[in-house]
Amino acid sequence: MTTGGMALRARGVQFTYIDPTTHDRLVAIEHIDLEIPEGQFVSIVGPSGCGKSTFLKIVNGLLPDYQGEIEVLQRRSEGSAHAMVFQDAALFPWFSILANVAYGLRCRGIPSKVANERAMPFIRMVGLEGFEAKYPYQLSGGMQQRANLARALTVDPEILLMDEPFAALDAQTRELMQAELLRIWAEARKTVLFITHQIDEAIYLSDRVLVMSARPGRLLADIPIDLPRPRELRIKRTPGFTALADQIWELITPQIRPDVPAAD
Amino acid sequence: MSIASRYPRRRTGEPGRRGWLDRRGRLGYGLVGAVGFLLVWELGSRAGAINEFFFSRPTAIVAAGMVEVQVPRFWDDVRRSLTEFLVGYGLAIAVGVPVGLLTGWFRRLQYSLDPWLNFLNSIPRFALLPVIVIATGLGMWSVIVVAFLGAVLAIIIPTIQGVRTVDRRFLDVASSFGASRPRLFATVVAPATVPFMVSGLRLGIGRALIGVVTGELFAATGGLGHMIKRASDTLQTDKLLFGVLIFTFAGIILVEAVRRLEARVQRWRPVRQGAAA
Repeated sequence: MTTGGMALRARGVQFTYIDPTTHDRLVAIEHIDLEIPEGQFVSIVGPSGCGKSTFLKIVNGLLPDYQGEIEVLQRRSEGSAHAMVFQDAALFPWFSILANVAYGLRCRGIPSKVANERAMPFIRMVGLEGFEAKYPYQLSGGMQQRANLARALTVDPEILLMDEPFAALDAQTRELMQAELLRIWAEARKTVLFITHQIDEAIYLSDRVLVMSARPGRLLADIPIDLPRPRELRIKRTPGFTALADQIWELITPQIRPDVPAAD
Repeated sequence: MSIASRYPRRRTGEPGRRGWLDRRGRLGYGLVGAVGFLLVWELGSRAGAINEFFFSRPTAIVAAGMVEVQVPRFWDDVRRSLTEFLVGYGLAIAVGVPVGLLTGWFRRLQYSLDPWLNFLNSIPRFALLPVIVIATGLGMWSVIVVAFLGAVLAIIIPTIQGVRTVDRRFLDVASSFGASRPRLFATVVAPATVPFMVSGLRLGIGRALIGVVTGELFAATGGLGHMIKRASDTLQTDKLLFGVLIFTFAGIILVEAVRRLEARVQRWRPVRQGAAA
Protein backbone atom coordinates (compact mmCIF):
# COMPACT_ATOMS: atom_id res chain seq x y z
CA MET A 1 0.00 0.00 0.00
CA THR A 2 1.28 3.42 -0.85
CA THR A 3 0.19 5.86 1.76
CA GLY A 4 2.99 8.39 1.08
CA GLY A 5 3.87 9.05 4.69
CA MET A 6 0.24 9.25 5.61
CA ALA A 7 -1.06 7.14 8.48
CA LEU A 8 -4.49 7.20 6.88
CA ARG A 9 -5.65 8.07 3.41
CA ALA A 10 -9.34 7.97 2.51
CA ARG A 11 -10.58 8.78 -0.99
CA GLY A 12 -14.21 9.23 -1.99
CA VAL A 13 -15.57 7.22 0.89
CA GLN A 14 -19.30 6.78 0.67
CA PHE A 15 -21.62 4.65 2.76
CA THR A 16 -25.27 3.84 2.19
CA TYR A 17 -27.48 1.51 4.15
CA ILE A 18 -31.04 0.27 4.18
CA ASP A 19 -33.07 1.48 7.14
CA PRO A 20 -34.27 -1.70 8.85
CA THR A 21 -37.73 -0.34 9.68
CA THR A 22 -38.65 1.83 6.68
CA HIS A 23 -36.51 -0.05 4.09
CA ASP A 24 -35.39 3.30 2.69
CA ARG A 25 -31.95 3.68 1.20
CA LEU A 26 -30.09 6.17 3.35
CA VAL A 27 -26.82 7.84 2.54
CA ALA A 28 -24.92 8.01 5.82
CA ILE A 29 -21.71 9.34 4.32
CA GLU A 30 -21.82 11.13 0.99
CA HIS A 31 -18.19 11.77 0.31
CA ILE A 32 -15.10 11.91 2.46
CA ASP A 33 -11.55 12.62 1.34
CA LEU A 34 -9.05 12.66 4.14
CA GLU A 35 -5.34 12.38 4.72
CA ILE A 36 -3.78 12.12 8.15
CA PRO A 37 0.02 12.39 8.41
CA GLU A 38 1.79 10.13 10.85
CA GLY A 39 1.72 11.24 14.45
CA GLN A 40 -1.08 13.77 13.99
CA PHE A 41 -4.02 14.06 16.35
CA VAL A 42 -7.17 14.68 14.30
CA SER A 43 -10.72 15.09 15.58
CA ILE A 44 -13.98 14.95 13.71
CA VAL A 45 -16.87 16.94 15.15
CA GLY A 46 -20.37 17.11 13.82
CA PRO A 47 -24.02 17.02 14.80
CA SER A 48 -25.57 13.82 16.11
CA GLY A 49 -26.34 11.34 13.38
CA CYS A 50 -23.92 12.85 10.88
CA GLY A 51 -22.10 9.59 10.27
CA LYS A 52 -18.87 10.34 12.12
CA SER A 53 -19.02 7.11 14.11
CA THR A 54 -19.93 5.29 10.91
CA PHE A 55 -16.77 6.62 9.27
CA LEU A 56 -14.69 5.40 12.20
CA LYS A 57 -16.27 1.96 11.97
CA ILE A 58 -15.44 1.85 8.27
CA VAL A 59 -11.79 2.67 8.98
CA ASN A 60 -11.83 0.04 11.69
CA GLY A 61 -13.10 -2.59 9.28
CA LEU A 62 -16.40 -3.18 11.05
CA LEU A 63 -18.44 -2.05 8.03
CA PRO A 64 -16.93 -3.66 4.95
CA ASP A 65 -19.66 -2.56 2.52
CA TYR A 66 -18.42 0.96 1.83
CA GLN A 67 -17.52 2.59 -1.44
CA GLY A 68 -14.27 4.43 -2.08
CA GLU A 69 -10.77 3.75 -0.94
CA ILE A 70 -9.20 3.57 2.47
CA GLU A 71 -5.53 2.98 3.04
CA VAL A 72 -4.03 2.59 6.46
CA LEU A 73 -0.28 2.65 6.86
CA GLN A 74 1.24 -0.64 7.94
CA ARG A 75 4.97 -0.47 8.37
CA ARG A 76 5.62 -3.64 10.28
CA SER A 77 4.29 -7.11 9.87
CA GLU A 78 3.79 -7.19 13.61
CA GLY A 79 1.43 -4.68 15.20
CA SER A 80 -2.00 -3.69 13.95
CA ALA A 81 -2.85 -1.09 11.40
CA HIS A 82 -5.55 0.29 13.66
CA ALA A 83 -7.15 -0.20 17.05
CA MET A 84 -10.35 1.21 18.42
CA VAL A 85 -11.17 2.78 21.76
CA PHE A 86 -14.90 2.29 22.07
CA GLN A 87 -17.46 4.29 23.96
CA ASP A 88 -18.48 3.29 27.48
CA ALA A 89 -18.97 -0.29 28.67
CA ALA A 90 -16.77 -1.83 26.03
CA LEU A 91 -14.56 -3.76 28.45
CA PHE A 92 -15.50 -7.41 28.78
CA PRO A 93 -17.08 -7.57 32.24
CA TRP A 94 -16.09 -11.23 32.69
CA PHE A 95 -12.35 -10.59 32.28
CA SER A 96 -9.94 -8.93 34.68
CA ILE A 97 -8.42 -5.62 33.65
CA LEU A 98 -5.21 -7.41 32.70
CA ALA A 99 -7.04 -9.95 30.54
CA ASN A 100 -8.99 -7.13 28.89
CA VAL A 101 -5.85 -5.15 28.09
CA ALA A 102 -4.08 -8.25 26.77
CA TYR A 103 -7.11 -9.26 24.68
CA GLY A 104 -5.88 -7.87 21.35
CA LEU A 105 -2.59 -9.73 21.68
CA ARG A 106 -4.39 -12.95 22.59
CA CYS A 107 -6.44 -12.56 19.41
CA ARG A 108 -3.19 -12.81 17.47
CA GLY A 109 -2.42 -16.12 19.06
CA ILE A 110 0.15 -14.80 21.51
CA PRO A 111 0.21 -17.04 24.60
CA SER A 112 -1.38 -15.51 27.66
CA LYS A 113 1.82 -15.29 29.70
CA VAL A 114 3.62 -13.27 27.01
CA ALA A 115 0.51 -11.21 26.27
CA ASN A 116 0.15 -10.32 29.96
CA GLU A 117 3.79 -9.30 30.19
CA ARG A 118 3.43 -7.06 27.17
CA ALA A 119 0.20 -5.55 28.51
CA MET A 120 1.69 -4.46 31.82
CA PRO A 121 3.70 -1.45 30.54
CA PHE A 122 0.51 -0.04 29.03
CA ILE A 123 -1.42 -0.60 32.25
CA ARG A 124 1.31 1.43 33.94
CA MET A 125 1.21 4.04 31.18
CA VAL A 126 -2.48 4.74 31.72
CA GLY A 127 -2.00 4.78 35.49
CA LEU A 128 -3.82 1.56 36.39
CA GLU A 129 -0.98 -0.28 38.07
CA GLY A 130 -2.34 -2.26 41.02
CA PHE A 131 -5.77 -2.63 39.39
CA GLU A 132 -4.86 -5.31 36.85
CA ALA A 133 -6.57 -8.10 38.82
CA LYS A 134 -9.84 -6.16 39.28
CA TYR A 135 -12.96 -6.70 37.24
CA PRO A 136 -14.32 -3.75 35.23
CA TYR A 137 -17.32 -3.20 37.53
CA GLN A 138 -14.89 -2.51 40.37
CA LEU A 139 -13.45 0.50 38.51
CA SER A 140 -14.87 3.98 38.01
CA GLY A 141 -15.95 5.13 34.55
CA GLY A 142 -12.75 7.12 34.08
CA MET A 143 -10.58 4.16 35.07
CA GLN A 144 -12.52 1.88 32.74
CA GLN A 145 -11.75 4.23 29.86
CA ARG A 146 -8.07 4.21 30.84
CA ALA A 147 -8.17 0.41 30.57
CA ASN A 148 -9.99 0.74 27.24
CA LEU A 149 -7.20 2.99 25.99
CA ALA A 150 -4.51 0.61 27.26
CA ARG A 151 -6.20 -2.27 25.45
CA ALA A 152 -6.00 -0.39 22.15
CA LEU A 153 -2.39 0.73 22.72
CA THR A 154 -1.23 -2.79 23.58
CA VAL A 155 -1.63 -3.99 19.98
CA ASP A 156 0.72 -1.18 18.93
CA PRO A 157 -1.52 0.25 16.20
CA GLU A 158 -0.38 2.69 13.53
CA ILE A 159 -3.54 4.68 14.09
CA LEU A 160 -5.66 4.86 17.19
CA LEU A 161 -9.38 5.27 16.54
CA MET A 162 -11.38 6.79 19.37
CA ASP A 163 -15.18 6.86 19.26
CA GLU A 164 -16.43 9.44 21.77
CA PRO A 165 -14.46 7.71 24.51
CA PHE A 166 -15.28 10.27 27.18
CA ALA A 167 -18.93 10.90 26.32
CA ALA A 168 -20.27 8.90 29.25
CA LEU A 169 -18.01 10.46 31.88
CA ASP A 170 -19.00 13.29 34.21
CA ALA A 171 -17.70 16.73 33.27
CA GLN A 172 -14.81 16.83 35.73
CA THR A 173 -13.56 13.33 35.00
CA ARG A 174 -13.82 14.09 31.30
CA GLU A 175 -11.54 17.13 31.64
CA LEU A 176 -8.97 15.11 33.57
CA MET A 177 -9.11 12.30 31.05
CA GLN A 178 -8.53 14.76 28.20
CA ALA A 179 -5.34 15.96 29.88
CA GLU A 180 -4.35 12.34 30.57
CA LEU A 181 -4.93 11.42 26.95
CA LEU A 182 -2.55 14.17 25.80
CA ARG A 183 0.10 12.95 28.22
CA ILE A 184 -0.29 9.36 27.00
CA TRP A 185 -0.38 10.48 23.38
CA ALA A 186 2.92 12.31 23.81
CA GLU A 187 4.41 9.20 25.39
CA ALA A 188 3.00 6.64 22.94
CA ARG A 189 3.50 8.76 19.78
CA LYS A 190 0.46 7.51 17.92
CA THR A 191 -1.63 8.89 15.12
CA VAL A 192 -5.11 9.48 16.51
CA LEU A 193 -8.47 9.86 14.82
CA PHE A 194 -10.87 11.07 17.49
CA ILE A 195 -14.64 11.37 17.19
CA THR A 196 -16.53 13.70 19.49
CA HIS A 197 -19.49 16.03 19.56
CA GLN A 198 -17.75 18.30 22.02
CA ILE A 199 -16.08 21.21 20.30
CA ASP A 200 -13.81 22.19 23.19
CA GLU A 201 -12.64 18.61 23.58
CA ALA A 202 -11.75 18.46 19.88
CA ILE A 203 -9.80 21.73 19.95
CA TYR A 204 -8.00 20.98 23.18
CA LEU A 205 -6.75 17.59 21.98
CA SER A 206 -6.13 18.06 18.27
CA ASP A 207 -3.71 19.27 15.67
CA ARG A 208 -6.61 19.49 13.24
CA VAL A 209 -10.37 19.57 13.68
CA LEU A 210 -12.58 18.36 10.85
CA VAL A 211 -16.17 19.57 10.84
CA MET A 212 -18.75 17.24 9.40
CA SER A 213 -22.13 18.17 7.95
CA ALA A 214 -25.46 16.70 8.94
CA ARG A 215 -26.43 13.50 7.14
CA PRO A 216 -25.47 12.74 4.42
CA GLY A 217 -22.05 13.34 5.91
CA ARG A 218 -19.41 15.43 4.18
CA LEU A 219 -16.40 17.29 5.50
CA LEU A 220 -17.29 20.99 5.73
CA ALA A 221 -14.02 22.35 7.03
CA ASP A 222 -10.53 21.38 8.02
CA ILE A 223 -9.32 23.68 10.76
CA PRO A 224 -5.70 23.59 11.91
CA ILE A 225 -5.26 24.07 15.65
CA ASP A 226 -1.93 25.79 16.15
CA LEU A 227 -2.13 26.18 19.91
CA PRO A 228 1.25 25.45 21.51
CA ARG A 229 1.90 22.07 23.10
CA PRO A 230 2.09 20.75 25.75
CA ARG A 231 -1.35 22.14 26.52
CA GLU A 232 -2.75 22.56 29.96
CA LEU A 233 -6.47 22.57 30.70
CA ARG A 234 -6.18 26.32 31.36
CA ILE A 235 -5.74 26.87 27.64
CA LYS A 236 -9.48 26.35 27.21
CA ARG A 237 -10.05 29.78 28.75
CA THR A 238 -7.65 31.71 26.47
CA PRO A 239 -8.97 34.04 23.74
CA GLY A 240 -7.28 32.04 20.96
CA PHE A 241 -9.10 28.92 22.10
CA THR A 242 -12.52 30.51 22.38
CA ALA A 243 -12.12 32.11 18.96
CA LEU A 244 -11.58 28.67 17.46
CA ALA A 245 -14.55 27.28 19.39
CA ASP A 246 -16.75 30.10 18.04
CA GLN A 247 -15.57 29.49 14.50
CA ILE A 248 -16.41 25.77 14.69
CA TRP A 249 -19.70 26.39 16.46
CA GLU A 250 -20.73 28.74 13.65
CA LEU A 251 -20.09 25.96 11.17
CA ILE A 252 -22.03 23.35 13.09
CA THR A 253 -25.09 25.36 14.17
CA PRO A 254 -26.78 25.42 10.75
CA GLN A 255 -26.24 21.66 10.54
CA ILE A 256 -28.14 20.79 13.70
CA ARG A 257 -31.64 19.66 12.93
CA PRO A 258 -33.80 18.96 15.95
CA ASP A 259 -35.75 16.31 14.06
CA VAL A 260 -32.78 13.99 13.61
CA PRO A 261 -32.64 11.20 16.16
CA ALA A 262 -29.55 11.33 18.32
CA ALA A 263 -28.13 7.92 17.54
CA ASP A 264 -25.53 7.62 14.82
CA MET B 1 -44.62 26.14 66.96
CA SER B 2 -41.88 25.28 64.58
CA ILE B 3 -42.45 22.97 61.70
CA ALA B 4 -39.85 20.57 63.01
CA SER B 5 -41.94 19.69 66.02
CA ARG B 6 -45.03 19.00 63.96
CA TYR B 7 -43.17 16.60 61.75
CA PRO B 8 -41.09 14.59 64.15
CA ARG B 9 -37.81 13.54 62.75
CA ARG B 10 -37.70 9.97 61.57
CA ARG B 11 -35.37 7.84 63.52
CA THR B 12 -32.41 7.10 61.32
CA GLY B 13 -30.64 4.03 62.56
CA GLU B 14 -27.31 2.82 61.34
CA PRO B 15 -27.81 0.91 58.09
CA GLY B 16 -25.95 -2.18 59.32
CA ARG B 17 -28.05 -2.42 62.43
CA ARG B 18 -31.28 -2.01 60.50
CA GLY B 19 -30.28 -4.81 58.16
CA TRP B 20 -29.67 -7.02 61.13
CA LEU B 21 -33.06 -6.16 62.63
CA ASP B 22 -34.74 -6.82 59.32
CA ARG B 23 -33.07 -10.15 59.04
CA ARG B 24 -34.00 -11.10 62.58
CA GLY B 25 -37.57 -9.98 62.02
CA ARG B 26 -37.80 -11.98 58.84
CA LEU B 27 -36.40 -15.11 60.44
CA GLY B 28 -38.68 -14.67 63.44
CA TYR B 29 -41.85 -14.35 61.38
CA GLY B 30 -40.76 -17.20 59.15
CA LEU B 31 -40.31 -19.39 62.21
CA VAL B 32 -43.70 -18.36 63.61
CA GLY B 33 -45.33 -19.19 60.27
CA ALA B 34 -43.66 -22.57 59.90
CA VAL B 35 -44.02 -23.72 63.50
CA GLY B 36 -47.56 -22.36 63.70
CA PHE B 37 -48.62 -24.33 60.64
CA LEU B 38 -47.10 -27.56 62.00
CA LEU B 39 -48.71 -26.96 65.39
CA VAL B 40 -52.18 -26.43 63.91
CA TRP B 41 -51.74 -29.56 61.81
CA GLU B 42 -50.57 -31.64 64.77
CA LEU B 43 -53.18 -30.40 67.23
CA GLY B 44 -55.97 -30.44 64.66
CA SER B 45 -55.15 -34.02 63.83
CA ARG B 46 -55.02 -35.04 67.51
CA ALA B 47 -58.33 -33.28 68.22
CA GLY B 48 -59.92 -35.06 65.28
CA ALA B 49 -60.58 -31.86 63.28
CA ILE B 50 -58.17 -33.03 60.57
CA ASN B 51 -58.57 -36.55 59.26
CA GLU B 52 -55.37 -38.28 60.27
CA PHE B 53 -56.06 -41.10 57.85
CA PHE B 54 -55.73 -38.77 54.86
CA PHE B 55 -53.36 -36.14 56.11
CA SER B 56 -51.33 -37.81 58.88
CA ARG B 57 -49.59 -35.41 61.28
CA PRO B 58 -46.04 -34.07 61.69
CA THR B 59 -44.99 -36.31 64.58
CA ALA B 60 -46.32 -39.40 62.83
CA ILE B 61 -44.37 -38.50 59.68
CA VAL B 62 -41.18 -38.08 61.71
CA ALA B 63 -41.83 -41.38 63.47
CA ALA B 64 -42.44 -43.15 60.16
CA GLY B 65 -39.21 -41.64 58.87
CA MET B 66 -37.25 -42.90 61.88
CA VAL B 67 -38.52 -46.40 61.21
CA GLU B 68 -37.96 -46.15 57.47
CA VAL B 69 -34.28 -45.16 57.65
CA GLN B 70 -33.53 -48.46 59.38
CA VAL B 71 -34.96 -50.49 56.51
CA PRO B 72 -32.31 -51.50 53.92
CA ARG B 73 -34.81 -51.23 51.09
CA PHE B 74 -35.24 -47.52 51.84
CA TRP B 75 -31.55 -46.92 51.16
CA ASP B 76 -31.79 -48.94 47.95
CA ASP B 77 -34.64 -46.65 46.92
CA VAL B 78 -32.60 -43.55 47.78
CA ARG B 79 -29.59 -44.81 45.86
CA ARG B 80 -31.72 -45.67 42.86
CA SER B 81 -33.56 -42.33 42.75
CA LEU B 82 -30.31 -40.45 43.19
CA THR B 83 -28.67 -42.38 40.36
CA GLU B 84 -31.62 -41.77 38.07
CA PHE B 85 -31.60 -38.08 38.88
CA LEU B 86 -27.86 -37.66 38.46
CA VAL B 87 -27.72 -39.57 35.18
CA GLY B 88 -30.81 -37.87 33.74
CA TYR B 89 -29.81 -34.38 34.84
CA GLY B 90 -26.17 -34.93 33.93
CA LEU B 91 -27.12 -36.04 30.44
CA ALA B 92 -29.44 -33.04 30.15
CA ILE B 93 -26.51 -30.71 30.95
CA ALA B 94 -24.12 -32.59 28.68
CA VAL B 95 -26.59 -32.33 25.80
CA GLY B 96 -28.44 -29.11 26.65
CA VAL B 97 -25.50 -26.72 27.06
CA PRO B 98 -23.71 -27.52 23.77
CA VAL B 99 -26.96 -27.83 21.83
CA GLY B 100 -28.17 -24.51 23.24
CA LEU B 101 -24.89 -22.72 22.50
CA LEU B 102 -24.56 -24.07 18.96
CA THR B 103 -28.23 -23.57 18.15
CA GLY B 104 -28.05 -19.97 19.29
CA TRP B 105 -24.83 -19.37 17.39
CA PHE B 106 -25.65 -20.93 14.02
CA ARG B 107 -28.72 -19.24 12.60
CA ARG B 108 -29.46 -22.05 10.16
CA LEU B 109 -29.28 -24.68 12.88
CA GLN B 110 -31.70 -22.64 14.94
CA TYR B 111 -34.17 -22.34 12.08
CA SER B 112 -34.05 -26.09 11.52
CA LEU B 113 -34.37 -27.02 15.19
CA ASP B 114 -36.95 -24.39 16.14
CA PRO B 115 -40.03 -26.45 15.20
CA TRP B 116 -38.70 -29.43 17.15
CA LEU B 117 -37.83 -27.40 20.20
CA ASN B 118 -41.27 -25.80 20.22
CA PHE B 119 -42.91 -29.15 19.70
CA LEU B 120 -40.94 -30.88 22.46
CA ASN B 121 -41.46 -27.97 24.82
CA SER B 122 -45.23 -27.98 24.30
CA ILE B 123 -45.76 -31.70 24.44
CA PRO B 124 -46.94 -32.99 27.83
CA ARG B 125 -43.86 -35.11 28.40
CA PHE B 126 -45.51 -37.46 30.84
CA ALA B 127 -48.01 -38.47 28.21
CA LEU B 128 -45.00 -39.97 26.45
CA LEU B 129 -44.31 -42.19 29.43
CA PRO B 130 -46.10 -45.24 27.98
CA VAL B 131 -44.06 -44.93 24.80
CA ILE B 132 -40.87 -44.59 26.81
CA VAL B 133 -41.76 -47.65 28.86
CA ILE B 134 -42.41 -49.64 25.71
CA ALA B 135 -39.05 -48.54 24.36
CA THR B 136 -36.91 -48.88 27.46
CA GLY B 137 -38.83 -51.21 29.75
CA LEU B 138 -39.90 -50.86 33.34
CA GLY B 139 -36.63 -49.87 34.86
CA MET B 140 -34.17 -47.14 35.62
CA TRP B 141 -33.76 -46.12 32.00
CA SER B 142 -37.38 -45.15 31.49
CA VAL B 143 -37.13 -42.89 34.56
CA ILE B 144 -33.82 -41.45 33.38
CA VAL B 145 -35.32 -40.65 29.98
CA VAL B 146 -38.27 -38.83 31.57
CA ALA B 147 -35.98 -36.82 33.86
CA PHE B 148 -33.67 -36.04 30.94
CA LEU B 149 -36.50 -34.88 28.66
CA GLY B 150 -37.81 -32.59 31.37
CA ALA B 151 -34.49 -30.96 32.14
CA VAL B 152 -32.88 -30.75 28.73
CA LEU B 153 -35.36 -28.27 27.23
CA ALA B 154 -35.26 -26.17 30.38
CA ILE B 155 -31.53 -25.83 29.73
CA ILE B 156 -31.56 -25.49 25.94
CA ILE B 157 -34.15 -22.73 25.61
CA PRO B 158 -32.61 -20.10 27.93
CA THR B 159 -29.14 -20.89 26.56
CA ILE B 160 -30.29 -20.12 23.01
CA GLN B 161 -31.85 -16.94 24.31
CA GLY B 162 -28.56 -16.01 25.98
CA VAL B 163 -26.53 -16.48 22.82
CA ARG B 164 -29.01 -14.48 20.78
CA THR B 165 -28.94 -11.52 23.15
CA VAL B 166 -25.16 -11.08 23.47
CA ASP B 167 -24.41 -7.37 23.49
CA ARG B 168 -23.52 -6.20 19.98
CA ARG B 169 -20.78 -3.94 21.38
CA PHE B 170 -18.80 -6.86 22.78
CA LEU B 171 -18.94 -8.64 19.43
CA ASP B 172 -17.73 -5.43 17.75
CA VAL B 173 -14.83 -5.10 20.17
CA ALA B 174 -13.77 -8.70 19.59
CA SER B 175 -13.97 -8.43 15.81
CA SER B 176 -12.16 -5.11 15.79
CA PHE B 177 -9.23 -6.85 17.46
CA GLY B 178 -9.42 -9.53 14.81
CA ALA B 179 -10.74 -12.32 17.04
CA SER B 180 -11.31 -15.56 15.14
CA ARG B 181 -14.78 -17.10 15.20
CA PRO B 182 -13.83 -19.77 17.76
CA ARG B 183 -12.20 -17.13 19.96
CA LEU B 184 -15.22 -14.86 19.63
CA PHE B 185 -17.35 -17.76 20.77
CA ALA B 186 -15.13 -18.72 23.70
CA THR B 187 -14.33 -15.23 24.98
CA VAL B 188 -17.57 -13.38 24.32
CA VAL B 189 -20.56 -15.59 23.56
CA ALA B 190 -19.97 -18.30 26.16
CA PRO B 191 -19.25 -16.02 29.14
CA ALA B 192 -22.10 -13.68 28.24
CA THR B 193 -24.46 -16.66 28.15
CA VAL B 194 -23.49 -18.05 31.56
CA PRO B 195 -26.28 -16.27 33.50
CA PHE B 196 -28.86 -17.73 31.11
CA MET B 197 -27.36 -21.20 31.34
CA VAL B 198 -27.39 -21.06 35.12
CA SER B 199 -31.06 -20.16 35.21
CA GLY B 200 -31.66 -23.09 32.87
CA LEU B 201 -29.71 -25.35 35.22
CA ARG B 202 -31.82 -24.17 38.14
CA LEU B 203 -35.06 -24.74 36.25
CA GLY B 204 -33.77 -28.10 35.07
CA ILE B 205 -33.36 -29.38 38.64
CA GLY B 206 -37.09 -29.07 39.31
CA ARG B 207 -37.97 -30.62 35.96
CA ALA B 208 -35.60 -33.54 36.49
CA LEU B 209 -36.90 -34.18 40.02
CA ILE B 210 -40.50 -34.16 38.79
CA GLY B 211 -39.40 -36.54 36.07
CA VAL B 212 -37.88 -38.92 38.63
CA VAL B 213 -40.97 -38.89 40.86
CA THR B 214 -43.45 -39.29 38.03
CA GLY B 215 -41.37 -41.91 36.28
CA GLU B 216 -41.05 -43.94 39.46
CA LEU B 217 -44.72 -43.60 40.35
CA PHE B 218 -45.76 -45.17 37.08
CA ALA B 219 -42.93 -47.02 35.50
CA ALA B 220 -40.45 -48.30 38.01
CA THR B 221 -39.80 -51.20 40.29
CA GLY B 222 -37.94 -49.18 42.90
CA GLY B 223 -36.83 -45.72 43.98
CA LEU B 224 -38.35 -43.16 46.31
CA GLY B 225 -41.25 -42.48 43.94
CA HIS B 226 -41.96 -46.18 44.02
CA MET B 227 -41.76 -46.10 47.81
CA ILE B 228 -44.39 -43.34 47.78
CA LYS B 229 -46.53 -45.53 45.56
CA ARG B 230 -46.12 -48.54 47.85
CA ALA B 231 -47.04 -46.43 50.87
CA SER B 232 -50.06 -45.11 49.03
CA ASP B 233 -51.17 -48.61 48.02
CA THR B 234 -51.06 -49.65 51.65
CA LEU B 235 -52.61 -46.38 52.88
CA GLN B 236 -49.56 -45.40 54.95
CA THR B 237 -49.96 -41.64 54.65
CA ASP B 238 -47.14 -40.90 57.09
CA LYS B 239 -44.62 -42.93 55.11
CA LEU B 240 -45.91 -41.41 51.87
CA LEU B 241 -45.43 -37.87 53.15
CA PHE B 242 -41.98 -38.78 54.43
CA GLY B 243 -41.07 -39.66 50.84
CA VAL B 244 -42.48 -36.37 49.60
CA LEU B 245 -40.45 -34.56 52.25
CA ILE B 246 -37.23 -36.15 51.00
CA PHE B 247 -37.87 -34.93 47.46
CA THR B 248 -38.64 -31.47 48.78
CA PHE B 249 -35.37 -31.26 50.69
CA ALA B 250 -33.45 -32.68 47.75
CA GLY B 251 -34.86 -29.88 45.58
CA ILE B 252 -33.95 -27.20 48.12
CA ILE B 253 -30.40 -28.52 48.55
CA LEU B 254 -29.78 -28.86 44.81
CA VAL B 255 -31.06 -25.38 43.99
CA GLU B 256 -28.84 -23.98 46.72
CA ALA B 257 -25.89 -25.88 45.23
CA VAL B 258 -26.53 -24.27 41.84
CA ARG B 259 -26.82 -20.87 43.49
CA ARG B 260 -23.35 -21.36 45.02
CA LEU B 261 -21.97 -22.49 41.69
CA GLU B 262 -23.49 -19.39 40.13
CA ALA B 263 -21.80 -17.10 42.65
CA ARG B 264 -18.53 -18.88 41.93
CA VAL B 265 -18.59 -18.61 38.15
CA GLN B 266 -19.90 -15.06 38.19
CA ARG B 267 -17.39 -13.31 40.39
CA TRP B 268 -17.17 -10.69 37.64
CA ARG B 269 -20.71 -9.55 38.37
CA PRO B 270 -21.30 -6.86 40.96
CA VAL B 271 -22.82 -8.29 44.13
CA ARG B 272 -26.41 -7.19 44.32
CA GLN B 273 -27.61 -6.36 47.80
CA GLY B 274 -30.53 -8.47 48.92
CA ALA B 275 -30.39 -10.62 45.80
CA ALA B 276 -30.14 -13.78 47.85
CA ALA B 277 -33.12 -15.64 49.31
